[in-house]
Amino acid sequence: MSQPESAVADSRAGDRARGSSQSGKESLSALAERHGLRRAIARPSLPVYLRQLWERRHFVLTYATSRNVSKYSDSMLGQLWQVLTPLLNAGVYYLMFGLILGQKKDITNYTAFLITGVFVYSYTQRSITGGAKSISGNLSLIRALHFPRAALPLAYTIQEFQQLAISMGVLAVIVLVTGEPLTWMWLLIPVVLLLQTIFNVGMSLLLARIGAFVRDMNQLLPFILRTWLYTSGVFYSIPAKMDGQPAWARILLEFNPPSVFIDLMRHLLLATYPRDLDKFGYPHSSLGQLWLYAAFWAAVALIGGFWYFWRAEERYGRG
Amino acid sequence: MAELTKELSQMANEQAIQADAAPQDAAEPGAPTVIVDDLHIVYRVFGAASEAEKGNAANALMRIIRRQGRPQMKEVHAVKGVSFIARHGDAIGIIGRNGSGKSTLLRAIAGLLPPHKGSVYTDGQPSLLGVNAALMKELTGERNIVLGCYAMGMTPAQVRERYDEIVEFSGIGEFVQFPMSTYSSGMGARLRFAIASAKAHNVLLIDEALATGDRDFKRKSQERIHQMRKEAGTVFLVAHNLDVIEETCNRVIWLHKGQIKMDGDPTTVLAAYNA
Repeated sequence: MSQPESAVADSRAGDRARGSSQSGKESLSALAERHGLRRAIARPSLPVYLRQLWERRHFVLTYATSRNVSKYSDSMLGQLWQVLTPLLNAGVYYLMFGLILGQKKDITNYTAFLITGVFVYSYTQRSITGGAKSISGNLSLIRALHFPRAALPLAYTIQEFQQLAISMGVLAVIVLVTGEPLTWMWLLIPVVLLLQTIFNVGMSLLLARIGAFVRDMNQLLPFILRTWLYTSGVFYSIPAKMDGQPAWARILLEFNPPSVFIDLMRHLLLATYPRDLDKFGYPHSSLGQLWLYAAFWAAVALIGGFWYFWRAEERYGRG
Repeated sequence: MAELTKELSQMANEQAIQADAAPQDAAEPGAPTVIVDDLHIVYRVFGAASEAEKGNAANALMRIIRRQGRPQMKEVHAVKGVSFIARHGDAIGIIGRNGSGKSTLLRAIAGLLPPHKGSVYTDGQPSLLGVNAALMKELTGERNIVLGCYAMGMTPAQVRERYDEIVEFSGIGEFVQFPMSTYSSGMGARLRFAIASAKAHNVLLIDEALATGDRDFKRKSQERIHQMRKEAGTVFLVAHNLDVIEETCNRVIWLHKGQIKMDGDPTTVLAAYNA
């Protein structure tokens, strides 16, 4: 499609800019204003944008579901993979960290402890990875149809949420099988998931804009996310690991968003987890503090991510 | 000559309006619906050198740090200073060789590509006819119809209302229950057109590739486009098939290397283009 610059001269002769000769002294922008025309690509105000996004909720939901369905549609086992994938993941991590590396001394129920961490972390990880590709990988869609672009990162996060819902079912079975009791605390699990989903939506929006304009981000992201994985206490207990270290370092690790959601989930899901913490007497953030951190991160990520994404709304088609 | 073509297109306008004096809102005849003011479009193309892009994360890091030399990226100046006014009742054909900026201009009018310089003013939201990008070939026709309709911004009630009509118009019969990847290319094209044309538009932008499927379907889709043209206030049509342009349009813009080479009534412009 590239054109030599010399081509500019070619068309000078042609009768271009018919509009300006037609309207005489009146400029085109003034004419547009007189007839109440608006710029084709003006960015809507934030409330209008939110309303447009709400109007497209059916598209967001259908798009997310469709992507999930089409993901496994060419395999023989089909949609069964939605359950098999988290199960196999759990198995691999258990083999690696539970059996080979033997990380068990501080934690009574290491299997459930580990798999909870892996599932909760991978929800955030996959939302971020998906979000980063949601704009850059859908340029043809963006250049063909008009809709609030935030619908795409949002759909990617909802797609991951649908997968997580299945994973949580698998997780609940594993937790019960490993001998944990079913407690009233489980009723709070949806609240944690809601806060984490809000956080993930925000992060997905943030990365969507970065990924749209800095293409190299998609190459770099796996490394960042793996580093984050190792610092988020997925495989180990942060209070146990940080025993004897300064308190601020421990709190810093505990304040890290994935750790917050993982820790909250372990507190609710595993009756043995808080007991272990008390038994060994490691200092740790209380449940109340964890809830506070979670709410903080959800609010900051959503507001920040949404605002940041919206600011570039009209530029996403450019690539 | 500019005067002459202006006069002619004005006349054609009036004829078109008389013919189509249908259910339009309060817009006075000939009121501008799209104004393009010294429009420049530049977009970035990432080269196909995917081997260099993939795998080597160290390179990616170095490029971000240095903030320089992304060798695969090219800027394409596709539209260079285009201005015109489209009026209510116009059906404007856009012609030009491959790579002359026709599709880019259409996307800019639709508000999908941001102007590098200049601006586009529109009455309402112009829409491109086409949903291909939203569809997923692994899914059944049924699911794709719903997905495509939602992507165009229809409500669940509208989708239910239009669903049977879409299936019927596409003529794919029970294949609607199979994944689109199993369709022949003609069937796929028919379903896509049936979905895309299910929605009414105020300013309608049509980008080529209409003449798809067998002869029967070609005739059916031509009729549908005629009907949509009547319902829409203004139509833009990009096509290589000059017969279609001559039949449907009352004004033709000839784009050459991103600029308007000629703008006027079909007979004059097409004669010059063919010369």
